[in-house]
Amino acid sequence: MIRTVIERLRRTLVTVQEFTLFTVALIRTAFIPPFYGREMMHQLYFAGIGSLLIVVVSGTVAGQALALQLARELAQSGAKSQLGHFMVISVVRALGPVLVGMVVASRMAAGITAEIGAMRSSDQIDALVAFGTDPMKRLVVPRMVALVIALPALVIIGDTLAVAGGGLVGMQYHITWESYAAGVLRYLTPRNLLVGMIKPFLFAIMIAAVACWKGFTSEGGAKGVGVSTTESVVICSVGILVLDGILTRLIFRMLHW
Amino acid sequence: MIEFRDVDYSIDGRPILTGVSLYVNPGETRVILGPSGSGKSTTLRLLIGLVHPDRGRIFIEREDVTQISEERYRQIRQRIGMVFQQGALFDSMTVGENVGYALLEQNLDEDEVDAHVREALRRVGLDEGLIDRMPDEMSGGMQRRVAIARALASRDPKILLYDEPTTGLDPQSSERITDLIVHLRDTLGKTAILVTHDIADAFKVGNVITVLNEGRVVFDGPAGDLDRANNDFIHQFLAPFRKTVAAAAQRLPAGVAPRPAPAPPLRGGTS
Ligand SMILES: Nc1ncnc2c1ncn2[C@@H]1O[C@H](COP(=O)(O)OP(=O)(O)OP(=O)(O)O)[C@@H](O)[C@H]1O
Ligand SMILES: [Mg+2]
Repeated sequence: MIRTVIERLRRTLVTVQEFTLFTVALIRTAFIPPFYGREMMHQLYFAGIGSLLIVVVSGTVAGQALALQLARELAQSGAKSQLGHFMVISVVRALGPVLVGMVVASRMAAGITAEIGAMRSSDQIDALVAFGTDPMKRLVVPRMVALVIALPALVIIGDTLAVAGGGLVGMQYHITWESYAAGVLRYLTPRNLLVGMIKPFLFAIMIAAVACWKGFTSEGGAKGVGVSTTESVVICSVGILVLDGILTRLIFRMLHW
Repeated sequence: MIEFRDVDYSIDGRPILTGVSLYVNPGETRVILGPSGSGKSTTLRLLIGLVHPDRGRIFIEREDVTQISEERYRQIRQRIGMVFQQGALFDSMTVGENVGYALLEQNLDEDEVDAHVREALRRVGLDEGLIDRMPDEMSGGMQRRVAIARALASRDPKILLYDEPTTGLDPQSSERITDLIVHLRDTLGKTAILVTHDIADAFKVGNVITVLNEGRVVFDGPAGDLDRANNDFIHQFLAPFRKTVAAAAQRLPAGVAPRPAPAPPLRGGTS
């Protein structure tokens, strides 16, 4: 009984160690040529353009839902004019990166892990190595670079739509578009932007590392790929929430808030 | 040219290969024969450095590859063409991109690659018009031939490795591929290893055969000696193929497969 627990613990530690080494190697490899430009563009299209629709839909809907909640409370305490202020803080600093991160993570993690896992189970990864290619450079780095570019851009789009949606809700509460926009712009400070925009870069690296690693280590054919894909999506989604919690604390401490 | 010297390999403490020794002369096409799970693919994976031995040494052109850096191994791999058991074609690339993969990786210009690709496709008897097809739009036998073309097209491979290239194909496709391997053996003069569990293929292609069972070399010698090896496993393994073996033993000229009068004692791997 104790043996199995120790064995479990040992395996977990080994896995964590392997994943850490994988991530370190990934980030280092990203700066060493050859660079697979075509593959990178392909992945950028898949990650960026491919995720656009779900980001647009979730940003618009979630922004309005949040604004409805806020507007009601603010109207009751007679602080309706603060809607722009509250919206920009909650969307740019908190909701936007997490929301966009989550929807992109589930889509990209599933896609990446399933594709690389299928390549693993059909020996294509071994074939790459046999032909003198480093699979890390060829498969993982382009996906990470694509996500690092696409995710922050998608966050900006999601934030914009969510905040704009808040303005529409505000109009129902007789807040003019001008006063709403003025509130938004006043609080769209470099600091608030920084707090919100650091996150997607780190989320992107995490999604790429987890999803590729899960694909590489998947075992046992189609069933194994299914299991890895599920795990990959779960780890990435929960990982974003955990990372968001940690980062928020860290950033607040650094900014002495 | 290729040598395994007393190689052990295990996964999670379970021995997969034990004390494997093997020597392949330059220009020779060696056959590794054995039942499913005997460690044939593992032997090739060790050779190409996808996995590393627990013990023992592996030499490629006199270089001990168990002692070299990953960078050096990458250079060596560029001189090896490998045909994987399931073909392992890159399914996101066209036939042409697959066959030219190694050359594109080495930054040859596109026209030159195109010429090499067409040449390789011709060699394996495939129509050049297939160059823009995707692998999954072709039959299993054609895919296997594309895989062989891909192995051939890497820049002047010195070594060719075939992992069960005919398994799962219909008899005609299977025979075409075996004939192709024999043809390549006779025209290109490259060092090659053919892994198979098909005894008929083994006799057709190889003069010298290495038999693996449960990760050990149980026979290593001229094909003609196989039916006289006094080993229970080999007797059982050959039983369904008595006729093929006997016919092959008759057919093989003495000069190619020297057969000393008394059957030699079982050689557990020589180097
Ligand atoms: N990744 C792995 N994890 C665990 N065991 C493995 C792994 N790969 C291979 N094995 C085991 O190693 C042994 C040898 O496998 P190998 O693939 O070399 O056999 P083979 O001779 O090529 O068989 P086949 O003719 O079926 O292809 C088998 O018992 C197999 O179960
Ligand atoms: Mg095999």
